[in-house]
Amino acid sequence: MSSATYRDIVAGNAGYFVRSNPTLCFGGVILLLVIASAVFAEALVGVDPLEINPLNRMKPPSAEHWFGTDMFGRDILSRTLHGGRISLLVGLVVSACATASGLTLGLLAGYNRIADALVMRVMDGLMSIPAILLAIALTAVTNASTGTVIFAITVVELPRVVRLVRSVVLSVREQAYVEAAVIAGTRPLKIVVKHILPNTIAPLTVQATYICAAAILIESLLSFLGAGTPPEIPSWGNIMAESRIYFQLAPWMILIPGVFLAVTVLAVNLMGDGLRDLLDPRLSGTR
Amino acid sequence: MVEYILRRLLATIPVLAVVAIVVFSILHLTPGDPAAMIAGDQGTEEQIQQIRQKLGFDRPIHEQFYVWLVNVSQGNLGVSIFSNKPVTELLAQRIEPTIALTVTTTIVTVFLALPLGVLAAWHAGSLIDRSVMSFAVLGFAFPVFVIGYILIYVFALKLSILPVQGYVSISEGFWPFLQHLILPSFALGMSFTALIARITRASVLEVLSQDHIRTAKAKGVPTAPLLCSHALKNAAVPIVTIIGVGIALLLSGVVVTESVFAIPGVGRLVVDAILSRDYPVIQGVLIVFALVYVLINLVIDVSYVFLDPRIRY
Amino acid sequence: MKIKRTAIAALLGISGALSGFQCLDAAAETVIRSVPIGNLKVVDPIWTTAYITRNHAYMVWDTLFATDANNTIQPQMVDTWSTSEDGLVWTFTLRDGLLWHDETPVTAEDCVASLKRWSKKDGMGRSLAGFTKDIETVDGKTFKLTLTQPIGFVLDALGKIDSNVPFMMPKRLAETDPNEQIKEVIGSGPFRFVAEEWVPGSKVVYRKFEKYVPRSEPASLAAGGKVVHVDEVQSIYMPDAGVAMAAMASGQIDLMESPPTDLLPLLEQNPDVTVAANDPLGYQLFMVINHQQPPFDNVNARQALLWGNKQSDYMATIVGDPKRWNECPAVYGCGTGSESSAGSDALMGFDTAKSKDLLKKAGYDGRPITMLDPADNSTLHPAALVGAQSLRRMGLEVKVEAMDWSTLTQRRASKEPVDKGGWNIFITNATVAGIANPLIHTFSKNCDQAWYGWPCEPKIVELSREWALEADPKKARALVDQIQTLHMQNVTYIPLGQYRPAIAYRKEISGVIQSPSLFYWNLKKSN
Repeated sequence: MSSATYRDIVAGNAGYFVRSNPTLCFGGVILLLVIASAVFAEALVGVDPLEINPLNRMKPPSAEHWFGTDMFGRDILSRTLHGGRISLLVGLVVSACATASGLTLGLLAGYNRIADALVMRVMDGLMSIPAILLAIALTAVTNASTGTVIFAITVVELPRVVRLVRSVVLSVREQAYVEAAVIAGTRPLKIVVKHILPNTIAPLTVQATYICAAAILIESLLSFLGAGTPPEIPSWGNIMAESRIYFQLAPWMILIPGVFLAVTVLAVNLMGDGLRDLLDPRLSGTR
Repeated sequence: MVEYILRRLLATIPVLAVVAIVVFSILHLTPGDPAAMIAGDQGTEEQIQQIRQKLGFDRPIHEQFYVWLVNVSQGNLGVSIFSNKPVTELLAQRIEPTIALTVTTTIVTVFLALPLGVLAAWHAGSLIDRSVMSFAVLGFAFPVFVIGYILIYVFALKLSILPVQGYVSISEGFWPFLQHLILPSFALGMSFTALIARITRASVLEVLSQDHIRTAKAKGVPTAPLLCSHALKNAAVPIVTIIGVGIALLLSGVVVTESVFAIPGVGRLVVDAILSRDYPVIQGVLIVFALVYVLINLVIDVSYVFLDPRIRY
Repeated sequence: MKIKRTAIAALLGISGALSGFQCLDAAAETVIRSVPIGNLKVVDPIWTTAYITRNHAYMVWDTLFATDANNTIQPQMVDTWSTSEDGLVWTFTLRDGLLWHDETPVTAEDCVASLKRWSKKDGMGRSLAGFTKDIETVDGKTFKLTLTQPIGFVLDALGKIDSNVPFMMPKRLAETDPNEQIKEVIGSGPFRFVAEEWVPGSKVVYRKFEKYVPRSEPASLAAGGKVVHVDEVQSIYMPDAGVAMAAMASGQIDLMESPPTDLLPLLEQNPDVTVAANDPLGYQLFMVINHQQPPFDNVNARQALLWGNKQSDYMATIVGDPKRWNECPAVYGCGTGSESSAGSDALMGFDTAKSKDLLKKAGYDGRPITMLDPADNSTLHPAALVGAQSLRRMGLEVKVEAMDWSTLTQRRASKEPVDKGGWNIFITNATVAGIANPLIHTFSKNCDQAWYGWPCEPKIVELSREWALEADPKKARALVDQIQTLHMQNVTYIPLGQYRPAIAYRKEISGVIQSPSLFYWNLKKSN
């Protein structure tokens, strides 16, 4: 015991952590790699993702352009790596916004009857419109921008978070210790912060990862339908959307961003599964 | 039971009201209207203004909303600004392909996913289990349209065994009808199959660990009936719930799938309408979608009674 | 075993009989399945100028006059016509046997009402109305147009091929407010619109109109005999061109009106498919500049754009295949009667250094230039990308704003400063047939009356008017050179090259007429 250094303990624990949570760690490593490739895109490929070169149109993968070029002669590798920035940004920001606003609304709904009726009716309404349609309605009629896309997907994902938080609040409120605190005259805000909030963290974290994956996918579908992020800035979705008519002629144009997207969604979902097993074993195996 | 259903039906009214308000305000409070599009490629500002006036877009927004609401409550969804056809007629023209696609996809996925999920649960931890679960994770990861293009490329272009695109009405023969729906159903069903397989596996796994199953197993009840009659039956409620959730998911996927395979369904109708700001069509179709969603969920809740005798309303 | 075999034989027999039946059915009916240039949203060709609606209208409605392949105006519904000696009174008589699709005869009254509605919307129609004193029916088949002064473009207006085409409609339709859409689709053209089978956003069905009487001359562009050789045309809109191509390769589709040029090599390899140029003139791509907002309110800054844009950059990127585009110095398009290269040194020369000098001279302060990018348009979106790159090359700061086409059509109407919702530049296109002379050209008006961008050069309007009244071809020619030079000096706008899209059809199809709008008469389909 005395011979073990601090580093050994950390390393030992880390090794144990990896062994006991393989999915979480596997997903985490892949995700980190994807994030790194997006962040260091410039350093990895020195080619401007926007540079048009008419002489170099639709060239198959080669030593110069590893993943080929698109219909305007732009480098696909560079576009895909840069595109990762927008797609990941959309995924992360949507999951953060949806969780934060969902938490607020869910707590409100779980705690106040009038707010509950109001918030839940609106959420029911939002949920009953197919997600994609609501999202394109939101993006298509306003000016296309990454911000609008993030807002639209957040609105679409919000109801599920609100429902989740509300159900946690309702079940926690029934607990004896919370009722005791209420009777003892503890201020509602304190009850929320001290007793209820901690209980929401585990399910919310899991939900946040799934939302992140869903947001990345929805962004690509919006681009496909012509209402996604503006094409001036590449995202995986709009690269695929722009190149889809060429799928017979130059399949790499759509497959490469597609594989990046799939790997990322896969990694995030694996992390979600891993987190769920770790934080909330009762939920294991369900979504 | 009847009282419950009635109560639920009444509860749909506020939901629809929310949908109406949300949709109407999204459309009318944001810039862009159809007048410019109607005027066309060479239209002038003056022409656009005249058309806008004729369509009544210069009137106050609450007035427009009131007029629309009164019409909708009387079952009149309005007339398309562009094609001049009643929205109800447009819907009627487009409903068959969408229903057909949704139904075939549900059938395909349920028939694929249930056995896969049960199999995975039965052999939990084995190679079969792991490959089913890997598929289940992968099925979520690809956007519908990428799967669609891969299927078209392989089965329609390279192997030439299925048509590339289009829809043939069931009235023109069952086989051509089915033929045109195979690729779209598989493309659309991929993520749905993954979802249901996961849930089935989890639910069956849970039931399998329960005492009465263990007892039955100990008593020597053969595997197949045990799985089918005991385990699956007990796992039915979560599975049906998720199929309900899935149908909502499906309605989203239908929109994209219809675009890929050029199927003239409701999804395409509303996407085209949104992109060209055909307000009456967007509003009408979304209201109908919301109604369908609410009704499907009602049917699912009611079905619990039959699936699980312990549930009663 | 034996039973099984007979059962199979029986089944085969049935299916054989069924397929035989289908063959018979196919032989009886010739149906062309075609993918149009876009989604037909509006059926009224006067209400909208959209090309897809014009193409649709050529199926259903007929015209008094029409342009032939030699660019001359030929009579179509008109049998004979005459002009009074002073050139003021024009009398037109319709030919025999013209019927509306509801089988009532076409009358002069219908035509007068149709011309009135058209002349309230169309640019050339308005010009004609400006010189018109009166238009009235003489008898059932004759009507008379009285002018205030003799003008040279009466027939050019009545026989124009670009939107809005003066299509003849029954009086009850023609009396619809021009800002409202007509309520039914009834014409006297070679095809009948099947309203019951129209699925907006997906399929439009046209049946041959059996009682249509074609002219006896051979078909030539929009003129000549419109003889229909098929029973039905199904125009099937497919949002995804890649899938449409695949459908054509597998024989589900007979014809594509506008396959993406990049995909043409794939079709050219297919022995079952013909790829052909359709419109000999094609389209002009051009850059629209906002003359009212800085920095391009300064002529030097506009001159800088002229030197710094290279037509081949645009053409090679958006069209690709060099046999489908060419550089063109002419404001009125190459291959037209008004083609000219006058004053085009800066346009055709390319010199970034000169651009930078001119920008300095204009006092450009590094403010961002707002460029509108219609991201949903497969031609104009890449053009905007090339445009942004070209502008940056000249040292301009560029902000590209992506939007869909319908938003752009609204945004371009704003004369506000850029930070208040205005704009500096966008790129669009027009059919060359639609800009082929000073009278019909997009930029033939001035300042506040001008098209978007609002260039101000009063002399252009004056000279264009002179051109319209000029009867001597030589003098008209000189006027064109003069006007074009003015356009170039003032940099009204910047032509970015001319390109000719192709159409593709399966080998069974023959008799395709080369035209900016695909016509379905004269087409044959063999089995």
